Amino acid sequence: MKARVHVMLKNGVLDPQGEAVRHALGAIGFDGVNGVRQGKVIELDLAEGTSQADVEAMCEKLLANTVIESYTVELS
Amino acid sequence: MRAAVVVFPGSNCDRDLAVAFEAAGCTLDMVWHKDSELPQGIDIVGVPGGFSYGDYLRCGAIAAQSPIVKSVKAHADRGGYVMGICNGFQVLTETGLLPGALLRNAGLKYICKTVGLRVETTQSAYTEGYSAGDVIDIPIAHHDGNYFADDETLARLKGEDRVAFTYTDNPNGAQADIAGILSENRRVLGMMPHPERAADAGHGGTDGQALFRALAGALTAA
Repeated sequence: MKARVHVMLKNGVLDPQGEAVRHALGAIGFDGVNGVRQGKVIELDLAEGTSQADVEAMCEKLLANTVIESYTVELS
Repeated sequence: MRAAVVVFPGSNCDRDLAVAFEAAGCTLDMVWHKDSELPQGIDIVGVPGGFSYGDYLRCGAIAAQSPIVKSVKAHADRGGYVMGICNGFQVLTETGLLPGALLRNAGLKYICKTVGLRVETTQSAYTEGYSAGDVIDIPIAHHDGNYFADDETLARLKGEDRVAFTYTDNPNGAQADIAGILSENRRVLGMMPHPERAADAGHGGTDGQALFRALAGALTAA
């Protein structure tokens, strides 16, 4: 089984990389991009039977820093 | 006074920090990240600058889970002194020994230059060798030194006089110009600037010397 973890900076935490991407999109002619937030995707290849709670524990302990980041977990 | 400096794969300020401790009169142990115990009788642990574990995942995140850092946390929980510089500060926030986090610099650039720091409190073993309000010149060298904490945490840091140093001319977007902070018991210091790089006349500046001397004095007396 696999899990896909999305980690994003929380709302209210400035994302200067996202801002730089937004400026670059405007500079090459894509109008109307009002905001860009950049995060990361982590794919996990897991033993069968790993639970959502197990993956959330991984996020809390290592994969995300919950002071500045939020995460979502998709199991498949 | 006995100091230990932790060495992670990717640390690159470990020897500079060791030299600064020794110049202040400390006996020194270098401690490898896979060791699970600090040597007996250590007064202060230095967590040095660099790029521990290649800055993979987040700066300091993997180091914070390493075997030696468990022992460093236990040392801090017993009331021991711990000082994290640059990547070391990032490691200490990732362990939870210090609040907040270090984000990418607001200007997205790696910055390597000497900056002015204002000494905000002298109420710590690290800063008692300065006078409050002193402005000292200390080098920075980081890409992720933009201090972030929520409003409640910032208010608590200020209210409890736990901001050790602020930038006179904020180079990285840090909230409240914060360059270094103290733990609740004032024995854990994290700072982005490098006092160990301004601790010898050959460095071009010696404003960091007072920090190591005050620390050695306080811990030898204790």
